[in-house]
Amino acid sequence: MGIKTNSLLKSLWVFHFGSATCNNCDIEVLDALTPRYDLERFGIQLAGSIRHADVMLVCGFINKKVVPKFKEIYTQMPAPKLVVAIGGCACSGGMFTGSYNFFETVDKIVPVAAYIPGCPPKPEAIIAGVVKLVTALKGSK
Amino acid sequence: MSKLIFNYIIFPGFLFTAVAGMLASWIDRKVTARVQWRVGPPLLQPLYDIIKLSGKEIIVPSEGNCFVFLVAPLVGFASIILVSTMLWLGILEKSGFSGDFIVVFYLLTMPSIMLMLGAFASANPLASLGASREMKLVMGYELPFVLAAIVPVIKSGGHITLSGIISAQSGHVFLASCSGFVAFIVSMLCMQAKLGLVPFDAPEAETEIMGGVVIEYSGIPLGIFKLTKWMMMVTLPVFLIVLFWGGMGSFWEILKYVVLLVVIVLLRNTNPRVRVDQALRFFWGPMTALSLIAVILALAGK
Repeated sequence: MGIKTNSLLKSLWVFHFGSATCNNCDIEVLDALTPRYDLERFGIQLAGSIRHADVMLVCGFINKKVVPKFKEIYTQMPAPKLVVAIGGCACSGGMFTGSYNFFETVDKIVPVAAYIPGCPPKPEAIIAGVVKLVTALKGSK
Repeated sequence: MSKLIFNYIIFPGFLFTAVAGMLASWIDRKVTARVQWRVGPPLLQPLYDIIKLSGKEIIVPSEGNCFVFLVAPLVGFASIILVSTMLWLGILEKSGFSGDFIVVFYLLTMPSIMLMLGAFASANPLASLGASREMKLVMGYELPFVLAAIVPVIKSGGHITLSGIISAQSGHVFLASCSGFVAFIVSMLCMQAKLGLVPFDAPEAETEIMGGVVIEYSGIPLGIFKLTKWMMMVTLPVFLIVLFWGGMGSFWEILKYVVLLVVIVLLRNTNPRVRVDQALRFFWGPMTALSLIAVILALAGK
């Protein structure tokens, strides 16, 4: 494993993309970033701009209005980029599957690195998902 | 000549200041974490951040000015290295030239100006908003900062060299005098604004304008901006120590710097962000008045 990959895994800056959520996943993501869970121990920080981000957290299902913006934001992200789908809606469409404005699940549009199911997933589940993502990336490179 | 290059690149210059800046940034984040009752990042976290950023893609906005966008961080970075080299050479070797105090002042504004130029060159509305806020903030804090920095010049009997100001404080530091103390308080608050930290971080307000001035930066240029900011976190307190606290003669006087850094971090953690008009009113009102009082007291010999 190269030094750059190692550093990337030790300083993941996350960008929070809420597409059409009911806000529960958003709240849990913010919860995971609060002092109680202290993700800064692992170098995980919330980035305000997509240009600073390494990981895009997608909450909520992708509807027809959001699709062009979602693709644009994905292309605006600088190169070693990871997408994490958070919550049942982002992973599989959840209860919106087959709805009139449902477009596709996230992994049909962009490559997804990790799925964190739950409605909403607890902060512990989000942290466990991130740990699995980091371990998987360490194993692969 | 080779000694100057060594000074610029290795010892008091780039390498030394970068390592010290990373340490300062780690102390900042660790103290912040402890204030918020959590553990905080590991010691090597700033290094990981910089190495990671150097491996990221550099994206240049298609509508922006590519040259200015990429050169601006480098110029700010080079000038802060120069400031650091001059300060440490003045402290350690008592070397310098007549008027290096004034040159340091100009060079210390360079990172802010380059931040503005880079933001305007990135053709992003939020970046322009951040840059205009930064410009107002610079206009605000420069006046009291310069007035406060005149105090040591007056008290040392008209020395405008760094080594002259340090040697004038060999008996008693300026901080212990009435005017020196007032000027020191003013310049501490100006330093907070110069570093772009809370309560004066309106240009980079993460929660309202998403990083503001650096919003379009990614990869190495962003890393250079971060490193510049961390190096300023070393250079500016050292500059204040030179002006008011008698420089750093022995190894143990590094504690002076640590004390100043912790004060900065605590100020940052216990204050809310002010709007840019409040910041301007604060600097042009009470701070300028205080620094004028300090100058008058210094002229009166207090």
